[in-house]
Amino acid sequence: MALPEIKYTKLFINNEFVDSVSGKTFPTVNPATGKKIVDIAEGDKADVDKAVAAAKAAFKIGSPWRKLDASARGVLLNKLADLMERDAKTLAILETLDTGKPLTGAKFEMLFCAKTLRYYAGWCDKVHGQTIPADGAVFSFTRLEPVGVVGQIIPWNGPAVMAIWKLASAIATGCTVVLKPAEQTPLTALYIAALVKEAGVPEGVVNVIPGYGPTAGAAITAHPDVTKVAFTGSVEVGRIIMADAAKSNLKKVSLELGGKSPLVIFKDADVDQAVELAHQAVFINQGQVCCAGSRTFVHEDIYDEFVKKSIERAQRRKVGDPFTESTEQGPQIDDEMFNKVLKFIESGKAEGAKLECGGERLGDTGYFIKPAVFTNVTDNMTIAKEEIFGPVQCVLKFKTLEEAIERANKTSYGLAAGIVTKDLNTALVFAQSVQAGTVWVNCYNIITPQTPFGGYKESGIGREMGEDSLKEYLQIKTVTVQLPYKL
Amino acid sequence: MANRNLLIKYTKLFINNQFVDSASGKTFPTLNPANEKKIADIAEADKTDVDHAVAAARAAFKIGSEWRKLDASARGKLINKLASLIERDTEYIANLETLDNGKPYGDSVFDIACAIDTFHYYAGWCDKIHGSTVPADGELFSMTLREPVGVVGQIIPWNYPILMLAWKWGPALATGCTIVLKPAEQTPLTALYVAALSKEAGFPTGVINVLTGYGPTAGAAISSHPDINKVAFTGSTEVGRLILAAAAKSNLKRVSLELGGKSPLVICSDADVDEAVQIAHGAVFNNHGQNCCAGSRTFVHEDVYEEFVKKAVVEATNRKVGDPFADGIQQGPQVDDKLFNKVLSLIEAGKVEGAKLECGGDRWGKEGYFIQPTVFSNVTDNMRIAKEEIFGPVQSIIKFKTLEEAIERANDTSYGLAAGIVTKDINTALIFAQSVHAGSVWVNCYDAVTPQAPFGGYKQSGFGRELGEDSLKEYLEVKTVTIKMPYKI
Repeated sequence: MALPEIKYTKLFINNEFVDSVSGKTFPTVNPATGKKIVDIAEGDKADVDKAVAAAKAAFKIGSPWRKLDASARGVLLNKLADLMERDAKTLAILETLDTGKPLTGAKFEMLFCAKTLRYYAGWCDKVHGQTIPADGAVFSFTRLEPVGVVGQIIPWNGPAVMAIWKLASAIATGCTVVLKPAEQTPLTALYIAALVKEAGVPEGVVNVIPGYGPTAGAAITAHPDVTKVAFTGSVEVGRIIMADAAKSNLKKVSLELGGKSPLVIFKDADVDQAVELAHQAVFINQGQVCCAGSRTFVHEDIYDEFVKKSIERAQRRKVGDPFTESTEQGPQIDDEMFNKVLKFIESGKAEGAKLECGGERLGDTGYFIKPAVFTNVTDNMTIAKEEIFGPVQCVLKFKTLEEAIERANKTSYGLAAGIVTKDLNTALVFAQSVQAGTVWVNCYNIITPQTPFGGYKESGIGREMGEDSLKEYLQIKTVTVQLPYKL
Repeated sequence: MANRNLLIKYTKLFINNQFVDSASGKTFPTLNPANEKKIADIAEADKTDVDHAVAAARAAFKIGSEWRKLDASARGKLINKLASLIERDTEYIANLETLDNGKPYGDSVFDIACAIDTFHYYAGWCDKIHGSTVPADGELFSMTLREPVGVVGQIIPWNYPILMLAWKWGPALATGCTIVLKPAEQTPLTALYVAALSKEAGFPTGVINVLTGYGPTAGAAISSHPDINKVAFTGSTEVGRLILAAAAKSNLKRVSLELGGKSPLVICSDADVDEAVQIAHGAVFNNHGQNCCAGSRTFVHEDVYEEFVKKAVVEATNRKVGDPFADGIQQGPQVDDKLFNKVLSLIEAGKVEGAKLECGGDRWGKEGYFIQPTVFSNVTDNMRIAKEEIFGPVQSIIKFKTLEEAIERANDTSYGLAAGIVTKDINTALIFAQSVHAGSVWVNCYDAVTPQAPFGGYKQSGFGRELGEDSLKEYLEVKTVTIKMPYKI
C-alpha cells in the first residue's frame, strides 16, 4: 500500500503553516518499525506566545469570529465534519503510521470524529443563559460567555479523536484555541488544522503547536493570556498543570487523567459473552486507553471457565503489522511505554501473580508485546494498583457484590467501571455505588458524543462529550438591571 | 436590640455534633476590633483535628449512613429548619457578629436575613437536582446521575461571617455533601453558634463540622487532605493560589475560588448625579469597604465629574463612624490591625502618588481600628489605589470621556469580579454589560446580590459560581450510566 505524502509538518498559526521561531525540528517515529517518519517543526515558548497572541486577537469583540452568529459556528463544524469524512482514508493512514494502531480502528475513529463534530455543531446556538426571578425590583439574567483563549494539550493514544474532542467544544462555545498534540503523534492534528482552514474557520481561532510537554506544554499552562487549559494525559502531568495554573493566572483547568477501571463479571453472566467483552475492554488500542477495564473481577462460580476462555482468546489475538486488515493489535507507542509495560509484567511475576500467556516482546523490530493474561491477581499487587497502559489483563476473583464494589472503589482513580449481569438490582446497585465517571452495564468502552465522559477522584476534573462539556468552556455572567418597580 | 454584653456559649471545635477541645489543647483569642480587646479564647484546630473532622464527614457520607438514606426532600426540610432557628436567634447572633467583626448591629441583622433567605433558597433545590436521559448512538440506554462530590472543605473569610457560611453550606447540604468548615480566625463566633443550631435542627452527626483556627495550619491541612474531594475558598487571590497548588499536589481535589476584586463602577453623563452619588457611595463604603466586589474604581464622565466629586465628598463626610452597637452608626472599625495598617498605607500611597485627598485619609478616634471615610479624586489608572484592592473605606474617583474608553480601562485589570454602570441609555447599558469582563454586572444599582442569581469571578477574581442554580454543580459529580439494550428502542 502506498503511503501518502506527509503534507503538513510545520506549526499552524493564524491559518498559516510556519517554521518554529528557533528553526528546530523533532522526528516523529513509526512504532511498528522504530524508524523516523518525518521531521516536524518544534514549538517552544516563543511560538506559543505567537499562537496565543493570534488566538487573543481572534477572540477580541468585533473580530470576524466574534461577529459570527452562533449558528454560523455550527455550519463551520459541520463543514469540518464533511472534510474529515472526505479525507478519512488519508487521515486513518497517517494515524496508523504515527500511532501503530490497526488501520481498521483508525478508520472507525475518523468517522467517530466526524460524528462528534456534527454533535457539537448542533449545540452552538443552544447555549442558554437564564432569566432569573431575583428578589427586589430588578431584572436579572445570566449570559454564558466563551471563556476565551484556551490551551489544549492532548495525548498520543487517539490523536485525532482527542483533538476533535477538544476542538469541538471550544469552537462550539466560541472560544479560540492553542492546541499542542503529543510529540509522539503530531501528524493528524496538523492535517486537521489544514482542514480547519479549508472549512473557513477565521484565522487565529485554531492554532496547533507541535512540540514537547516541558517546553511548549509548559508555556501554554503558564501563559498569562490563556484563560483555560484542558489536558488529557497522566496524573503526574495533570498535577503539574494544575500547579502551573495556580502559579500563573489561576486559569481554569480541566483534566482527563489515568484509570484502573474495574470490570465486574457476575455469576449470572453468559461466560462467552463476558470473556469477549472483558478481552476487548483491556486489550483494545494495545491497552493504551485511559478507561481500559484493567481489573477484571470474576465471580468465583465462573472463574475457572472464564480464565480458560480468556487465555484462549488472548492467545488468538492477532498482533502484527497495523496496516494488515486482520491485525487486532499493533505496537506500543514508543520504547518508553514498551519498557514500562514489560517492567509491569515482570513485577506481576515477581509479586506472585500467575502469567498464563504472553508477556514478552513479539519480533525484533517495533514495540510489539504479546497479549498477557495474569490470574490469581490480588488487590495489593502492583499490576492491580497501577495503570499499565499495555496489553495486560489482570483477573481477580470475588465472592459477593458488596465485596466487589468495595474493592472496585479502593483506588485513587475513578474513570470508569463496568458490570456484566442480567440482574436488575445488581446492575443498579453497582452503577450507583461505584465511584466512577462512566459505568457500563453489559458493555464496555461505549463512548458516544452525547454522553459525558470524565473522572471521579484522581482520574480528573470536568467532563468531555455531552452537554456537560460545554460548561468547561463557558463563563457565567450575571447581569442585574434596576427597574423602577417590581414587575 | 443591640447589646454588647453577651454570654459567649460556644468556643470549641464542632466535630460529630460535639463541641470538643483541639487535640493540642491550644486556644487562640478572638478580638473585638472596636476596642482591640479579647472577647474569648477559642479552641485552635490543627492537622490532627482536621483528620478527625474529615473522618467524621467521610463516615457521614458513606452509602448507607443516616445522611445518605435521607430523601432529598428531607434535606430541604432540615435546611429550612436551620434557617428558622437562625431567625429565632437573630438578635443574639447579630450581637455576636457585631462584637466579633465590628460591623454596625443593623448590618449584622441584614446579613442574617440574607443568610436565612439563602438557606431557604437552597432548601428548595434539594429534590430538583436532575440528571438526564441521553439519546446516545447505539443500542443503549444512557443516562447521567448527578452525585454529591463527597466531603467538602470550606474556608471562609471574616468580612461577612454568617453570610459566607450560608453561601457555602447551602449548596453543599442541598446536594448531599458533608462539610468541614474553617471560619476565619478573626471571626469564629457565629460559625460555632450556627453549628450548635445545626445539631438542634437535626442534622446527623458528621454532616457538618466546624474547625476554628488559622490558615497556614488548619486551612492548609484541609486543602491538602487526601480524603477531601473538593475545597471551596473565599478570600485573597494570594491564598487562592496556595489552595489550588495544594490541591494539585495532594489529590487533585476540585477547587472553587472567590477572590478579590477592583470592580469598576461607571457613571455616565446621563446619570442623575444625586442617585449616582448614592449608588457609588454605598458601592465602595458598605461594610467598611471590606467587600470583595466593592465598587472601588469610580469612573465618572467628565461632564458630571465636578458635581459628582463635590457631592460624593459631602456624602463621605457625613458618613457616621463609631460604636457599632450605637444607633445610627453606618461604619464601625476595620476587622484587625493588619488590615487597618494596610488601608492606611494605601491611603499614604494615594497621597504620595499625586491623587487629590478630598476628605478623610486618617485614623478615626484613638481606640479600635476605625478609619475616616476617605475620598480621592484625580485618580489615574496607574496609581496603586487604582490598581490594588484596598478593602477599606476609600473611594477613588477617576475621570473618563467615552464609553469605549471606560470599557477598556474597566477591563485593564487582572481581576474580574463585578462591575456597574449608571445610565438611562439602553445601548450604553447593554454594550457595557456584554463587554466588561466581570462575573456580575449591575445596571443602575450595585451590590444587588440575591440568592437566585449566580455570583463569582472572571479572571483572577476566581472560578466557579456561588448562589443561583449554577452553584450546585460545584458540589456535584456527573456519572454516565450506559446499559446495553437487546435492540434499538
